[in-house]
Amino acid sequence: MNLLKRYIIPRLIQYFIVIFIGVTVVFLVPRFTPLDPVVTVLNRMTSYGAQYLDPSAIEKLKDTMMELYGLKGSIWEQYLGFWKRLFKGDFGPSLSIFPTPVISIIANSLPWTAGLLVVVAILSWVIGNILGGIAGYYADKKWSKFMSIIAMSIYPIPYYIMALVLLILFAYIFPIFPMVGGYSIGLTPSLSLEFIFNVIKHATLPALSLILIGIGWWFLSMRSLTSTIVAEDFVTYAEVMGIPSRKILFQYVMRNGLLPQITNLALQIGGIFSGSLITETVFSYPGLGQLLYMAINNGDFNLIMGIAVLSIIGIATAALVIDLLYPLFDPRVRYR
Amino acid sequence: MLLVIRDLYRSDKKFAFGFTVICLLIFLALLSFVSPYDPKLWNVVPKNQPPSFRYLLGTNSMGQDIFWNLTHAIRNSVILGSLTAVISIVIGTFVGLLSGYRGGSLDRFLMSVNDSFIVIPSLPILILISSIIKQHISLILIAFILSLFSWPWGGRQVRAIVLGLREREFTYTANFSGMSTFQIIMTEHLPFVIPWVMANFINTILWAIGMETTLAIFGLSSLETPTIGTTIYWALQYQALLRGIWWWIFTPVILAILLFIALYTLSVSISNYLDPRTRIQRMRMKEGGQEA
Repeated sequence: MNLLKRYIIPRLIQYFIVIFIGVTVVFLVPRFTPLDPVVTVLNRMTSYGAQYLDPSAIEKLKDTMMELYGLKGSIWEQYLGFWKRLFKGDFGPSLSIFPTPVISIIANSLPWTAGLLVVVAILSWVIGNILGGIAGYYADKKWSKFMSIIAMSIYPIPYYIMALVLLILFAYIFPIFPMVGGYSIGLTPSLSLEFIFNVIKHATLPALSLILIGIGWWFLSMRSLTSTIVAEDFVTYAEVMGIPSRKILFQYVMRNGLLPQITNLALQIGGIFSGSLITETVFSYPGLGQLLYMAINNGDFNLIMGIAVLSIIGIATAALVIDLLYPLFDPRVRYR
Repeated sequence: MLLVIRDLYRSDKKFAFGFTVICLLIFLALLSFVSPYDPKLWNVVPKNQPPSFRYLLGTNSMGQDIFWNLTHAIRNSVILGSLTAVISIVIGTFVGLLSGYRGGSLDRFLMSVNDSFIVIPSLPILILISSIIKQHISLILIAFILSLFSWPWGGRQVRAIVLGLREREFTYTANFSGMSTFQIIMTEHLPFVIPWVMANFINTILWAIGMETTLAIFGLSSLETPTIGTTIYWALQYQALLRGIWWWIFTPVILAILLFIALYTLSVSISNYLDPRTRIQRMRMKEGGQEA
């Protein structure tokens, strides 16, 4: 009960504030820019040969477009309507693939991104933290310093450039992995072993570029956390007790270091998501990033809006879930 | 200030590396002022020439000299990064100072807004904004948009420092002698926060240049202005890699990697220098080294 009041409810409130601010920003941004999406689309249509329509038809067209974009009425009515449609999961039709609703296009590419994101987040978190913990505990050793130099030169590289470097290295100079796509052309998606292997082979490079940077970040933060924990009294006490150093490292030092890292994961998940969007476009991986790239190139405004809103909600929810799992790992939050 | 730089340069290898690379890059950026070519013009030199004495880093398919183009690219990227950092740090520092000093419900409100901006995935929103204003986009506009998402990190940090300062003797003295909130945070607390802001400044530059590169890849930056991002964008648009014009794509990529690592090592070594705990650790390590 106490836990609920002190920890879960404030966190839930924070969750709704995040979604509220995010969605409001997405709603306001297009409405405060000088460009009118309806006019833009109308201009494009007339340049494609719709100029022979009579003025009343164009007026009607404009009316329908306003309806489709949710641009009718005062700004408050629009805002309420925006939320109402959001609850129904309706983001209007896509413009590049016209009558198909945005939501079903997104539903097609979401599993690819979600799968990549989950694998990458878990793998890089686990590997980075274990390596970082070990390196922080044996901070004076040569290999530990060497590892942190490598991590320091990998972590600051932007996702995009990392992906490009890996693509040049492993698909162009040493053609080990396929250059683009989610699976080979000609294969039909099925649950066969061949298809799964094919998907994994195509996902290796995108995942690797994300994991490398991820490991760099978790390694560095875990190492600095560990090096402060090592200086604490209970570690000295454990050493004096004669507890084997491997046990001290994994059961006392790492255990304490992992807790802030869980909170960090909740904070970082948005950044990892942005990274996966970028990486996907480099490798033409059929996820949300690729979809977003297509939407930008076609000026598909509804699709961009839909992806922006859904990713805000998705990432906020992921962060919420991680934070709500936190008490399971930290007895201090549970019992106080 | 100069003394600190000299000390750091001698004692910290990371700082020495970062500082040297940054100085080199700034020198390159300054060279852009004596560039013989206008970076916005095409076909000023023969196309697709490999590196030679005449064209140091070769030329690209748009008929531009890559070396001179690059000097402009570094300059523009650094300007963009610094502008973003200045704007976001002014906002972040002010919010942090106010939030930390006033506390209470104002603090709770500002920090929930702050945290929300940290958790919201910035890339989709940045893409949404820049795809709408695509026709009007300029470097300055990009800097403003980017600072919308980079201020909260600094804000949190400043607030944490001010929370400690607030309970100190001199804050009470200032308060009892009738200084207003604004005066206290600006004259009493700000000086304590400035060193941290410096480290954060470098981090924000790093983030902003990375983000601009990313937006450029999507074709959402000011594409006729050479920056590191747009250079890569054009190289990719012309399929430089597949056509074997490797010098076009390798140059900006290697440069970007150098720039990022240098900025990062600088910011790490500055924040290490500022953190009293690691300073003590360093001193202990030195003493230990002397004994052994």
